[in-house]
Amino acid sequence: MRIALVPRPEPSRLAGALSPLVAVVATLLIGFALFTALGKDPWQAFHVFFVKPVDSRYGVGELLQKAAPLMLCAIGLAAGYRANVWNIGAEGQLTMGAIAGGGVALAFHDSASPLLLPAMVVAGAAGGMAWAAIPAFLRTRFNANEILVSLMLVYIATFTLSLLVHGPWRDPEGFNFPQSKMFEPVALLPNLLPETRLNVGFLVALAAVAAGWVFMSKSLVGFQMRVAGLAPAAANYAGISARRTIWLGMLIGGACAGIAGIGEAAGPVGQLLPSISPGYGFAAIIVAFVGRLHPLGILLASLLMSLLYLGGESAQMGLALPSAVTGLFQGTLLFFLLAADVFINYRLRIARAPARGK
Amino acid sequence: MATMPDPPPRLSLSGVTKVYPSVVANDGIDLDVLPGEIHAVLGENGAGKSTLMKIIYGVVRPDAGTIRWNGKLVAIGNPARARRLGIGMVFQHFSLFETLTVAENIVLALDAAGEGDLPARIREVSTRYGLPLDPDRHVHTMSVGERQRVEIVRCLLQDPRLLIMDEPTSVLTPQAVEKLFETLRTLAGEGCSILYISHKLDEIRALCHRATVLRAGRVTGTCDPRHESATSLARMMIGGDLPLPEHRPAQAKGDGALVVKNLSLPADDPFGTALHQVNLSVRAGEIVGIAGVSGNGQRELLAALSGERTIDDAAAIAIDGRPAGNLDAAERRALGLGFVPEERLGRGAVPEMSLAENALLTAHRQGLARRGFVRFGAARDFALATIADYRVKAGGADAAARSLSGGNLQKFIVGRELRQRPRVLVAAQPTWGVDVGAAAQIRQALINLRDAGVAVLVISEELDELFEICDRLAVIAQGRLSEPRRAADTNAGEIGLLMSGSFIAGGAHSERHFSPAGALGLD
Repeated sequence: MRIALVPRPEPSRLAGALSPLVAVVATLLIGFALFTALGKDPWQAFHVFFVKPVDSRYGVGELLQKAAPLMLCAIGLAAGYRANVWNIGAEGQLTMGAIAGGGVALAFHDSASPLLLPAMVVAGAAGGMAWAAIPAFLRTRFNANEILVSLMLVYIATFTLSLLVHGPWRDPEGFNFPQSKMFEPVALLPNLLPETRLNVGFLVALAAVAAGWVFMSKSLVGFQMRVAGLAPAAANYAGISARRTIWLGMLIGGACAGIAGIGEAAGPVGQLLPSISPGYGFAAIIVAFVGRLHPLGILLASLLMSLLYLGGESAQMGLALPSAVTGLFQGTLLFFLLAADVFINYRLRIARAPARGK
Repeated sequence: MATMPDPPPRLSLSGVTKVYPSVVANDGIDLDVLPGEIHAVLGENGAGKSTLMKIIYGVVRPDAGTIRWNGKLVAIGNPARARRLGIGMVFQHFSLFETLTVAENIVLALDAAGEGDLPARIREVSTRYGLPLDPDRHVHTMSVGERQRVEIVRCLLQDPRLLIMDEPTSVLTPQAVEKLFETLRTLAGEGCSILYISHKLDEIRALCHRATVLRAGRVTGTCDPRHESATSLARMMIGGDLPLPEHRPAQAKGDGALVVKNLSLPADDPFGTALHQVNLSVRAGEIVGIAGVSGNGQRELLAALSGERTIDDAAAIAIDGRPAGNLDAAERRALGLGFVPEERLGRGAVPEMSLAENALLTAHRQGLARRGFVRFGAARDFALATIADYRVKAGGADAAARSLSGGNLQKFIVGRELRQRPRVLVAAQPTWGVDVGAAAQIRQALINLRDAGVAVLVISEELDELFEICDRLAVIAQGRLSEPRRAADTNAGEIGLLMSGSFIAGGAHSERHFSPAGALGLD
């Protein structure tokens, strides 16, 4: 017996649009089996995981608040992914954004200027772009693989932040904890919904998604980046610069991730800590693909991913499950999405007869 | 009952039908191919030839009808099954992995992986059939003509009983076509049946024993092409008479809208061809043709002309009097250059994108984008106008480029480039794989463009085409370009001689030049 994958001549577009749903359902089934195997009542576990986190006004606020950085990072990444620019380092660019924007907040700690917050956001975007510019430069100049470079830079960014909050930026009145001074209220993102932690960062993320949609589906440059992703030879034939495509793809991703980073520091965190993000930059890769690299899909997928984060926390408290359960659900979701995509493009054929022979 | 019945046909189709959502590709096709017969399947683009061959090769399943192989009813579920039966196919669009070598590509396609020394067998088969190949060469370095050799040799290695050839001579020199025909006649003499898809009527008359003519998915006739004239075959095929291109003498004027001056360019890969001191001037209102065997620098010259490869010396190439050597493809378009590349899918058009989006690919300066934003309505209108003007068979402006047949996509790409009113047009293989009716239309469009005062450069491996439309002809060999001569003052024999490099000072062998065939001692 031999198992073979045979390409389908015309992959169904409907199936392509539905595959994220298939992946979600399959993930839930796995979750069901997992909870049962752990000796938990699966229905109660589902309730704790998926319903309890959002059954209050505060919970909904948390859902939207956590979705914002995911959305921001994912929309920036999607712009690059559509052009075959594989930026895997949004987490590092996010961290650099937090460092740059947070640095501005700390440098002007006594300032009461209304320009401080905008300056922090600009600095955050610049920090993310600067970090993304490194793989872009190495790729265009030396043809170094941007996947590896951007990924490795994540760890450098994380340790740079750690170095700063353990050293020069440590709060002198902070009992030696590795953390910076708390930002002044003028340096914090204004609240959006009373009794929640939701801040205007969510609106920024929504605006980024809208801008991403306009850029990707309406602008000539967005169109040209898509061409570069689909058919590099056609892009070269049409005079679409491969270097510009790589630079734009990386810088857009870096800017969005950098804004997400300062959004965290000047939002729910309110200061700089050794770790500013629970892996938003990596989870955003899943969000981008679950959302089919489409802005609307990314909007929905970021809400789903945010729910997985909240559910994981809720499961830790309510079910005494380890925090790894969040990562497990993220991984399962991505696994099923990729598997569904394989079966959209290929048909499984099991040949009983030997493959060779006369 | 006779005691010694005739052998059954090698392949017998009866009532084969295939319906696609937008079109009936095959409508009750009957077809018999006898052992050792060279059987032509003749038809315009979109007549259903390719679909029928894909059914026989197991790529597409028919909706109705039966297939018999040596008299036995068979279901050909996939190409592997077809190959086990003894059916080999050389596709019009090649299915080769560019990053692999010739031998690696062939190993991948062989179901019974190489008994014996495969490179040696490749050399043996390719030599025997006059298709020289270096098994260790990477496919991405090869021209279209050379890639086709790989496909043919790949089939021959499997010792087929029925060989399907989808427009095999499109990119071969006259001598190579003659050689291929000898190959095919030898094969047929050994009892192998050949299904020969083409729209080159002279070839079919010279080669084939029988012809089945398709029009709009139906069989419109079967005949012995040796007893038909090209005109009568064409009438069966298109249901009317062929337009002949009008060709008035050129009214060339000016110093040259496209000027190449002392262009030397090292090869960009070990198997490429370096360009040596290429000089050329195409004046407004004339068509200059460049003939040559594939792999002699055409690819490099085209990339240098189109701007896909930029040159440090800006003055080496001038478009409309302005130095353009260091400009990229988009900047040269802004100067008035139009370009039709030899590969359609993946280079001239993005396969997954719609025709409207593919119009945008090069024509966005024609008001299809404003202030950085795409005007999709205008792009659709542009695509629809191109479809209408060039009678492209397509499901509208939203049809994906890959859903079009090769010839129809070529018409669309030519139409898209011409519609932008270029001042200089460079076209590579403008009618490759395009049927007679459409080819005549494209040639007429090029002549009309010339008459409108455009400088046209055509690089083609089809001599007949060059003689039909060109005012002056040059030959490229080993990266050198011959002095152009007036088409009216030369002939195929002289051009053929130039193609072998006779014009190069000191003879063709004055300088060591890498030739895969030569390196293998196959010349």
